[in-house]
Amino acid sequence: MSALDTDWDGVRLHVVTGKGGTGKTTVAAALALALAAGGRKVLLVEVEGRQGIAQVFDTPPLPYEERKIAVAPDGGDVYALAIDPEEAMLEYIEMFYGLKRAGKALTKIGVMDFATTIAPGLRDVLVTGKTTEAVRRRDKSGRRVYDAVVMDAPPTGRITRFLNVTNEVAGLARIGPVKHHADLVRGVVASPETAVHFVSLLEEMPVQETLDGIASLREARLPVGGVFINMVRPELLPEATLDAAARDDFDPGELALGLKAAGLADGTADATSIAEALAGEIEEHARRTMLERRERETLNEAAVPRYELPLLADGADLAGLYELAEAIRAQGAA
Amino acid sequence: MTSRRSQRTSPALDMDAVLDDPGIRIIVCCGSGGVGKTTTAAALGVRAAERGRRVVVLTVDPARRLAQSMGLTELDNTPRPVVGVDGPGELHAMMLDMKRTFDEIIEAHADPVRARQILENPFYQSLSSSFSGTQEYMAMEKLGQLRRAGEWDLIIVDTPPSRSALDFLDAPERLGRFLDGRLIRILMAPAKAGGRSAFKLLNAGFGFVAGAMTKILGAQFLKDIQMFVGALDAVFGGFRQRAEQTYKLLQAPGTAFVVVAAPERDAMREASYFVERLAEEGMPLAGLVINRVHTSPAPALSAARSAAAAEDLESRGGHELTAAVLRLHAGRMQLAAREHREQEHFATAHPTVPIAQVLAMPEDVHDLNGLRRIGELLTA
Repeated sequence: MSALDTDWDGVRLHVVTGKGGTGKTTVAAALALALAAGGRKVLLVEVEGRQGIAQVFDTPPLPYEERKIAVAPDGGDVYALAIDPEEAMLEYIEMFYGLKRAGKALTKIGVMDFATTIAPGLRDVLVTGKTTEAVRRRDKSGRRVYDAVVMDAPPTGRITRFLNVTNEVAGLARIGPVKHHADLVRGVVASPETAVHFVSLLEEMPVQETLDGIASLREARLPVGGVFINMVRPELLPEATLDAAARDDFDPGELALGLKAAGLADGTADATSIAEALAGEIEEHARRTMLERRERETLNEAAVPRYELPLLADGADLAGLYELAEAIRAQGAA
Repeated sequence: MTSRRSQRTSPALDMDAVLDDPGIRIIVCCGSGGVGKTTTAAALGVRAAERGRRVVVLTVDPARRLAQSMGLTELDNTPRPVVGVDGPGELHAMMLDMKRTFDEIIEAHADPVRARQILENPFYQSLSSSFSGTQEYMAMEKLGQLRRAGEWDLIIVDTPPSRSALDFLDAPERLGRFLDGRLIRILMAPAKAGGRSAFKLLNAGFGFVAGAMTKILGAQFLKDIQMFVGALDAVFGGFRQRAEQTYKLLQAPGTAFVVVAAPERDAMREASYFVERLAEEGMPLAGLVINRVHTSPAPALSAARSAAAAEDLESRGGHELTAAVLRLHAGRMQLAAREHREQEHFATAHPTVPIAQVLAMPEDVHDLNGLRRIGELLTA
């Protein structure tokens, strides 16, 4: 696939958010793999200190240092970085003010603790600042070091506030270096070079949160990306069966015959009893399928590109990540 | 006797015994995001009330659906009665409004002039509405208030979906450390020196640091913080003390922690971490609730046999429906087996922690009946 025919050409910062439990980190990792495919270089960053990326890739905890974590299909590298706000602050002080010693002294008396955990907004500016620095970074020949940066961002409920850094620090720092830094970050985050993607499940609460999140991003004039519907189960049963089962009206007769033919039952009575037990499973599946269809319709309201990722039978292991990356590429998201 | 080696069985969590114990006054539901913590808290509230207790559920989750399931159009910072609860007890529900709670503390502890100074300070406004630890602190503060009010004999609280799972335990300590720390003394200095620049009064080391801070943060930012801290100092004499009281309350035998999880790797790993942390902190753990567990009504038909039979039917042709149903069943059995493995991992590491399972329901909870149903599953 050419690098020029995906839905997000021109986007260099992919921010991935989602309600807890939707598989946000897994999808961010798979997206990074997909974007790196074909010889590109992608950085995957983590901002909440949970070491979720290390768990997904089954590696030891990540340090505050960009290091190669996986090789993409057809050659391509995924680097990973766990951003530690305090380290980012020290780096920032050193880089912009040349104050290495001051940084150490500030740490000692608790300024760092204060700035990164107590002072509202500052922490967010630091981690988004470090991320956007990686997006903008160029090598000696003037080329961008990373073709794309993928951020495993905070959950949907906090995403707008997290990205809306200028607003967050506006009340605090109307002028001065913090304000200047926030403006720089805003320049990247609010530009067409950024897309904020949502990970959802076909369940009421995650879908509602996704729609609310999209609305609040739009209100803040931040760029909305696509919706990744995760853990999608295949629809195995024929429509007529689903309809009947959803109405609690499934006739297990045909199933009993089939079970007998398959050699799974010991006589007619046994076949009937297994078929009746399975009927309960079918009814549940039918109700669940109807709910999923309704939720898919509801997600349509957002009018953004949607991608569907299959439920991984063995859970999200390393092989599963590559499977998801393939699904992402096949649907044109990367 | 022989099964002990092959399969570990955790003790069953008897949730009704916890709900019925008059000595239990606080139940804290904790767990990672998206595992159904808030729904569990609400379901426990309904069940406890219907078994005769005067219950208030304090939630931090702004989900409208949950309010609606309790027949309330919306939840706010005041406990509202839930109508339709059967039996002798009572149920109230409320949602934490952290800014409102913070404002109320200020208003209750400062004279009107000083209170206004604080409430209007831009640093305060940011701190009270967006600092990620404020929610945890205010949840604990509210819990303490509800407990002191003495109007309820059972308070059920769910915890904020924090960055790290136990922020609600750490945040008060962190805030206290900050307010008592050296930094505060530096920031406070101007107020104490009658408005003159305090930095001059400090020794050279501090002067150097202060200079760096001014350079990095900007003078205005620093001034706002100084004003805020100065005003706050008078108000928050008992800040840390109250945080410590609430912390002790959580350690007391009248509290029961319920760790909530889903039978997935990440959620179970978080649950393990919770259980360990709670033990370290000396917090009383009632047990683990595992939500959304899948089982099958036809457990004797294994995933492998089911899949093989489906393949066989498909290759022979005919019986398409049966083949599809067998595929469905194989997937279901596979999922159940994976969930079971996750539980076994947990049980191996924490063999004494009681466990209750809640079977997955095909649809979401919409009303009191749904919450009641969860309560039944939880205690089945």
